[in-house]
Amino acid sequence: MTEAYIVGIDMIAFGRYPGRTVAELGAEAALLALDDAGLGIRDMQALYCGNLLEAHLMVGQRILREIGLTGIPVVNTANACATGATAFREGLIAVKAGLHDLVLVVGVEQMGSGLLGASSRPDGFVEEGVLGSSTMPAMFAQIGVEHARKYGTTFEQFARVAVKNHHHSTMNTKAMSRRETPLREVMESEMISWPNTKLMCSINVDGAAAAVIASRSVAKRLGLLGRAVRVRASEMTSGPYTPQEFAIPDFNQVTRNCARAAYEGAGLGPEDLDLVELHDCFATAELIHYENLGLCPDGDAGRMIDAGETALGGRIPVNVSGGLLSKGHPLGATGIANLYEVATHLRGAAGTRQVEAARIGLTHVVGGSPGRGSACVVHILEKA
Amino acid sequence: MAAEPIQGAEVPAVPFLVIGADASAHLVGTRCQGCGVTIPGKRCVCMACGARSGLEPIRLTEQGRLYSFTVVHRSFPGVKTPFVAAIVNLDGGGTLKGTLVGVAPDPHALPYDMPVKVVYRDSGQKAADGSPFLAYYFVPSPGDQT
Repeated sequence: MTEAYIVGIDMIAFGRYPGRTVAELGAEAALLALDDAGLGIRDMQALYCGNLLEAHLMVGQRILREIGLTGIPVVNTANACATGATAFREGLIAVKAGLHDLVLVVGVEQMGSGLLGASSRPDGFVEEGVLGSSTMPAMFAQIGVEHARKYGTTFEQFARVAVKNHHHSTMNTKAMSRRETPLREVMESEMISWPNTKLMCSINVDGAAAAVIASRSVAKRLGLLGRAVRVRASEMTSGPYTPQEFAIPDFNQVTRNCARAAYEGAGLGPEDLDLVELHDCFATAELIHYENLGLCPDGDAGRMIDAGETALGGRIPVNVSGGLLSKGHPLGATGIANLYEVATHLRGAAGTRQVEAARIGLTHVVGGSPGRGSACVVHILEKA
Repeated sequence: MAAEPIQGAEVPAVPFLVIGADASAHLVGTRCQGCGVTIPGKRCVCMACGARSGLEPIRLTEQGRLYSFTVVHRSFPGVKTPFVAAIVNLDGGGTLKGTLVGVAPDPHALPYDMPVKVVYRDSGQKAADGSPFLAYYFVPSPGDQT
C-alpha cells in the first residue's frame, strides 16, 4: 500500500449559523481545504463526506452542487461522533489502496442547541427518568463516576479539565467559546449531571472541516510534500462485548483497542507523541481517555491533570485547540477538525498555542449511545 | 392468534419485562452456556461469543448492587429532575440501567456497591389505548447487606 498524506486541511470557525445550510457550511470548508492545498475540485477523484443528522439527505452530493458537479464518486458516512473521522479514514483507505491519488474529505454538522438524544419511542413511552437517563451528559457522568469508584477521582479533578481546555481556547480564534473559566466558576456553574456541570459539557455548534488526501507520488509530483502531513496510522473499532454493554455503551475498551492498533500500526508508543486531540465531549471523558490512550498508567489521570501535564507547555499537551468543551462539537465535523488542529501544529502554524517542535500527534474520537453501541477512530500524524 | 390485550391492563415498558397471567412481573434474560454471560432479554445468538445454540432463557435476579450512577439535574423537557440514573449489576449476572428511587438525589449519599432490588411500578405513562406502562425501578435494599 502507498503512503498517504494530508496536503490540504482547514476548518471554518465553529459557531451558530442558523441562516446557512449544511451544504453551504461543508462547501466553505471544502474550498478552504482545496485552497490550502492549492488545488481545485476538478483535481479531486472522490469525495468522502461525514454528516450525522442529515445522513439520509446526500450531503456530499449537495456540497458538490455548491462547488462543482464533477461527477466523482461520493461516499456519505454516518458513525456517531466518529462520523467525520470515518469519512477521512475511508478516503485514506482509497488512496492507500491505489484506487485514487487525490480525494476530498469533508465533515459537517448543523446542530441546533440543547440536549442530544431521543426523548420518546414510537409507542410513545418516554424512557428518560424512568429507565435512568440516556442524555449524553448523564452517560458520560456515569463513566466518570465509574472512574471515581475505581481510583477516587474527584469532582475538582474533572472540573480542572474544563479550566485547562477553556484556557487553551483563548488562543484559538476558530473556537466557539474563547474565555477563561476559573475552577470555582466551573464547579459552581449549573449542575447538568453529577459531576458534569454546564462548563464541563461540550457545546452543540455548527461547523465544518475538510481535508485533501494525496498519495505520496502525487504529492511529490505536485510539489506538495513541503507542508504535507503523513498519516502514520488510521484505525477504527466498534464497541466489543463488555458486561455492562446492555446498560451503558463501552467507551473505554473500544478506545484501548483502537489506540493499541494505531500504536502498533505506526510502530510508535504514547511516549513518542508531542500532542493529542482527544474526545472531550465531557470533562469526565477526557480523564478516562488519558488512560485509555496510554498517556498515563491506569489510575493516574487525576494526578496528571492536577500536575498540569496535559496543559500547553506540559509533558503531553491535550486539546490545545480548546477541545470540544470550548471549540464546540459539531458531530460530523469533529473528527476532521481534530486532524486540522494536529496538522497545524506539525506545520508549525498554530500561533500562540503552538506546541513547540511538534513532530507527531494523535487524534481520537469515540461516540455511541445506550442500547446501540460505540465507534472509535484514532489517527497518528507525523510531520512529513 | 395472539389474544387481544385487555383494556386497561398494564403493558411492559421494556421487552424484557414480562407480566404473567396473574399480573405479577419479572425480568427475563438469556444465559449463554458456551461463554457463561448473562444478557437481559431474549436472544437467539450470544452477543458476547456469537454462539447460536446453548442459549438458555432465565429469570433475572432482582437483587443487585449499585455499580455507577449520576444525579441528573437537566434532562429533556417534561422530565422531572433531579433523579438518580443508576447502573446496577444484578447478583445473578446482567447489568441494567434504571432509576434509583427511595434515596436522596445526593451523590455523596450513594455508596458504591450499595445493595438494591428491582421493583415494578406504574410509570405514570399510558399507551395509546390507555393501558398504563409498567416499568422496573431500583430501590435500596439494606436488608440484603452481606
